[in-house]
Amino acid sequence: MSTALATNTSAHAGAHGGAHHAHDHGHDDGSRTVLGFWLYLMSDCLIFSCLFATFAVLAGNVADAPTGKQLFDLPYVAGETVLLLVSSFTFGLAMLNMHAGRQAQVIAWLGVTFLVGAGFIGMEVHEFANLIGEGAGPGRSAFLSAYFTLVGTHGLHVTAGLLWLAVMMHQTAKFGLDGIVRRRLSCLSLFWHFLDLIWICVFTFVYLRGAL
Amino acid sequence: MFGKLTLAAIPWDEPIIMGTGAVVALGGLALLGLITYFGKWRYLWDEWITSVDHKKIGAMYFILGLVMLLRGFADAIMMRAQQAIANNDAAGYLPPHHYDQIFTAHGVIMIFFVATPFILGLMNVVVPLQLGARDVAFPFVNSLGFWLSVAGAVLVMLSMFVGDFAATGWVAYPPLSELGYSPSVGVDYYIWSLQISGLGTTLAGVNFIVTILRMRAPGMNLMKMPVFVWTSLITNILIVAVFPVLTATLAMLTADRYLGMHFFTNELGGNAMMYINLIWVWGHPEVYILILPAFGAFSEIIATFSRKPLFGYTSMVYATSSIGILSFFVWLHHFFTMGSGANVNAFFGIMTSIISIPTGVKLFNWLFTMYRGRVRFHSATLWTIGFMVTFAVGGMTGVLLAVPGADFVLHNSLFLVAHFHNVIIGGVVFGCLAGMTFWFPKVFGFTLDEFWGKVAFWCWLIGYWLAFTPLYILGFKGMTRRMNHYDVPGWHPYLVVALVGACIIGAGILALLIQLVVSIRDREKNRDLTGDPWNARSLEWSTASPAPFYNFAHVPTITSLEQHWTDKETGRAGVQVMGYEDIHMPRNTAAGAVIAAFGLVMSFALIWHMWGIALFGLAAMVATFIQRSYDRDVDYYVPASEVARIESARYALLKQSEKVA
Amino acid sequence: MSATTHTKTASAAHGTLTSYITGFILCLILTGLSFGAVMGGVLPPEKILGAISGLAVVQLLVQLIVFLHLGLAPEQRNYTVIGALTVLLIATIVIGSLWVMHNANVNMMPTQMSVERALSKD
Repeated sequence: MSTALATNTSAHAGAHGGAHHAHDHGHDDGSRTVLGFWLYLMSDCLIFSCLFATFAVLAGNVADAPTGKQLFDLPYVAGETVLLLVSSFTFGLAMLNMHAGRQAQVIAWLGVTFLVGAGFIGMEVHEFANLIGEGAGPGRSAFLSAYFTLVGTHGLHVTAGLLWLAVMMHQTAKFGLDGIVRRRLSCLSLFWHFLDLIWICVFTFVYLRGAL
Repeated sequence: MFGKLTLAAIPWDEPIIMGTGAVVALGGLALLGLITYFGKWRYLWDEWITSVDHKKIGAMYFILGLVMLLRGFADAIMMRAQQAIANNDAAGYLPPHHYDQIFTAHGVIMIFFVATPFILGLMNVVVPLQLGARDVAFPFVNSLGFWLSVAGAVLVMLSMFVGDFAATGWVAYPPLSELGYSPSVGVDYYIWSLQISGLGTTLAGVNFIVTILRMRAPGMNLMKMPVFVWTSLITNILIVAVFPVLTATLAMLTADRYLGMHFFTNELGGNAMMYINLIWVWGHPEVYILILPAFGAFSEIIATFSRKPLFGYTSMVYATSSIGILSFFVWLHHFFTMGSGANVNAFFGIMTSIISIPTGVKLFNWLFTMYRGRVRFHSATLWTIGFMVTFAVGGMTGVLLAVPGADFVLHNSLFLVAHFHNVIIGGVVFGCLAGMTFWFPKVFGFTLDEFWGKVAFWCWLIGYWLAFTPLYILGFKGMTRRMNHYDVPGWHPYLVVALVGACIIGAGILALLIQLVVSIRDREKNRDLTGDPWNARSLEWSTASPAPFYNFAHVPTITSLEQHWTDKETGRAGVQVMGYEDIHMPRNTAAGAVIAAFGLVMSFALIWHMWGIALFGLAAMVATFIQRSYDRDVDYYVPASEVARIESARYALLKQSEKVA
Repeated sequence: MSATTHTKTASAAHGTLTSYITGFILCLILTGLSFGAVMGGVLPPEKILGAISGLAVVQLLVQLIVFLHLGLAPEQRNYTVIGALTVLLIATIVIGSLWVMHNANVNMMPTQMSVERALSKD
């Protein structure tokens, strides 16, 4: 092994130093964060899959408590579903405006999304309160435990999403649509649409199947 | 305000606990006093607690693992002593309730707070260096994940002195872990310490996957990644895939205990079997999470110390990946006796047997790497050879247990206990200690003392065999695990031998500590000026020891699987290349440690039903996180002149070392 | 990056107003069909579960493609592969758990099973 002080960079650039312009390791162009966030979402997806599996196993264990067929109000659930779907669409509009660089419209559409999402949460809280008021709380049967936990976990995610939306509205206003804000909005967009995916499974396999 | 927490929660009347508590408190005070006396708080805060440097975080993971190893081992030796005494008329010195907490704590600590920190520490130190990267993808998340693990460990330690720990066994099966049968806070300590450290582990998993997928040096395609990186990739995929299952399962147990739900209770339709099913969906991949990086470390070590390229790199990659996939199809072998039908048991039994094939492939690869190599019997090599012998036996007893019929006899016996200690000590622990010996100079700049390293190895190897061979035999004789007392005189001699073995392992741990002390004392003598003390093969050995905080002054370009070896052969290694540029690095941040501290407050408050404080802890965590998201000053540039200064000093030392040689 | 290349990649990677509107309407229709199938009573009961499951899968795909922009283009491929692996994993966990638990229930409920049947089965 020889130690030579090479002052002629170009001779060695191919071997050691040539790539650092194209490949700046300290810098994140955003794709790294979005990939990481996607991985997190997949792990979240597995949390839900466990809750769904448990719900499927325990769905028949109603003990003496009311069944899904007796409890679920399908038109109401359809209303919740439409709200969530609309919020997904309005979030999409916010993202289109983000790519077009229209800051004010982004904040406006995020605001609409927030309101619609909050409406969804309001409906869900109302629904839960009604069930508990009717004596069909989560402690009544294994089925109800699984139902409240699964749907409630989705609701908690939406609530976290609302908090994140509020923060991002403020950051968009404060920092403008710079790289960091765009990156975070992209992650939030994935999160918000992901919650809609979970909800599709919830209304199909919890509410509709339960009402059969 | 204080929920269930009163002064009565402290077990004043238990002399063993109070004595330990006094020692821990005095030791802690002495440590704090020493730090203050030497004025090291500033240094600790700036250089370690707020550090986002992956090498330092890796070292801290190792320190966490070593400290918790002492606690876990203390539990082990207490159990061995109890069983060596509590024969026939003798009741032993541990009352059942205390004994039950000890075996639970031992398992939890060894898996979550010893083995997991060790492998995360190894991956932290090695993966970015082997990739030619300057840090991990998300340095702040890395720091946060580490401190969350610390918070979990602190909770387990707290449980010893404030309240009690779970007395349920390390996977806390319901209905025993339900409120009706475990009304104290023990299971709550268990739940929250695992939840908070599990969150940290998941974050680490995401971080490493992105690091490996997106931060490889130019030219390093997947099949040019070192084997350790491959095993890390698969391990982290498994982490991201199964830790959420643990989170969800424990969350449902929490709902049962805190909200009166009925997931796993005996009443109102709850089904305890579902918990057992889910916990092992996590639990089985978990053991591969632990062993795969150890396999990676052995692969690097055996190639280096045999002075040959690793035999069968491609087959190693495929074997690792197949183990990763197969690990999802074997979970039921932990509960063959639950009562599923023969077809279910047969399926999982066969899958379990199949998983031994890729493992066997690896074993032969290591053997063929040594074959006709010039093997140096360094202590890292000894750990590796000790592993190959020990782990092979553990693997074979595992295949034995994979036969459902045999499992019906051996389930929950000491044979099982011997089996998993065989693979975890012989595999994970040996691997992490070998890895520590191997990579230590890369972090600290000097090699570990060889004499004490060899003493530690022989103590561990002999101690392991003496401690666990009797348990295999006792398993065949019908002794079940977790017994506080027994009245079969024939078992007694075996348990005494096992105690002797445990004491020899204790001597091995002592030798490790002496090794660290001696090595630090003699650090000038053992300094590694070359950056490549073992004449090794992969990229991490091309930079200085200790590696500078930016790892590589120039991002290397990869043309070969063993880049550093190729560079040495073509005379390109150890050549200073001028023309430095500014290097973009992340700034240190206290946010990770602060969020974890609030997490600790929240968890402790939840354990004791202090709802107000718990809410405050949660809000403070979220607020700190949001505040961090407003911080735009998270990175900086190291000026090229500074890089040139550090590098020139390094090459001057290198030159000096060559003159000496 | 020039303006033209930006808009080109933009439409591939983040969709257009038309794609969002199409997706939204499709999702509304699919949701309506699912609820209609259960509430309307048009289908025979034993076919409903299959129908709503199928509709759910279609809607998941629509949302994944239109809203989450999954696809096979090089910059999307990483995400799609990770997503597909997750789906396999979920299938393993959910189907595996249901199989294991069902099998245990069948074998561990002696009141529902005669000795002969227990002996003749798996």
